[in-house]
Amino acid sequence: MDPNIFPRAWKPFFVWAEASGLGTMVRDSIWQFAAVEAVHLLALSVIGGAVLIVDLRLLGLALQRQSVSAVARDAAPWLLGSLITMLVTGWVLMASLAASKYYVNFAFQLKMLFLFLAIVYTYTIRRSFLKRDDSRIPPLMAKIVAVVSILLWSGVGIMGRGIGFY
Amino acid sequence: MSILSFLQWLQATPLSTGIRESTWWYPVIESVHVLSLCLFLGIALFWDLRLLALGLRRVPVSDLASRLMPWTFVGFIFMAASGVLLFVEEPVRFYGNIFFRVKLVALVLAGVNAWFFHYSGAGRSIIDWDTTARTPGGARLAGAVSLFLWAVIVVCGRFIAYNWFKPLV
Repeated sequence: MDPNIFPRAWKPFFVWAEASGLGTMVRDSIWQFAAVEAVHLLALSVIGGAVLIVDLRLLGLALQRQSVSAVARDAAPWLLGSLITMLVTGWVLMASLAASKYYVNFAFQLKMLFLFLAIVYTYTIRRSFLKRDDSRIPPLMAKIVAVVSILLWSGVGIMGRGIGFY
Repeated sequence: MSILSFLQWLQATPLSTGIRESTWWYPVIESVHVLSLCLFLGIALFWDLRLLALGLRRVPVSDLASRLMPWTFVGFIFMAASGVLLFVEEPVRFYGNIFFRVKLVALVLAGVNAWFFHYSGAGRSIIDWDTTARTPGGARLAGAVSLFLWAVIVVCGRFIAYNWFKPLV
């Protein structure tokens, strides 16, 4: 029996997504999945940059002459825009084989767990630090905040790549 | 020795067969390739956005060049090293794949674009527009060309996996 961290009660949702018009359309096309996947990957590079540029600043490794809040403010619209793009394209990819592939794919399940944690963390704890004046962010705390962010988002990326290999 | 026979020899080397036959090497190298996309292209993207006056507008260009570019360099090393290993795993198939060829051409053009910007274009007069939010036309052009080429590179890279077209060799 393959491991599965999704509750059984979620199964009907995945069955519904796979049977939906969108899921059927993408599944039956030879190029739509690839095209959506390409957009998903382009948005990955944007979200990667938007996350890393701020985390590198928090780690004291880039743009030290700019305040944390200023770098975060510049990155914020790119982060939100790419995140929404990732979620929309990710939904389309998932719907194509929701129940038969993704529901039972352990890498996908872990990816969703990492994604949930990364989004909650980014828009609560991390954001509360990014709004502060630099003098009110203890240096060690800044580094911890950045490392946790990089680990959570890396988890999403690695598990995303893992879906294809599981 | 033709390119094809060289690649056939490469495909028979222990490095190539080792990656092909191992369960873990390919997924690990692939993951490094995808994650370094975030580091290399993600950071390079913000550089391009600054050139296009679409992001980080208050940050001096020289700050980005000295503090951000090293990270794109680190990312590129990982990207290139993992990319070479992915190629070595199955060189003959890659060589015959149209998307791989387009990707290589776009990579060379991206390099030429960056070189041109730094050594003969607007990059040589950075001192004049370092702290201005509005960037010269040459810088905006270089940023736009770079974004376009890297989008082509990423999309073609992903499409290499699909066998829509007959192999060229």
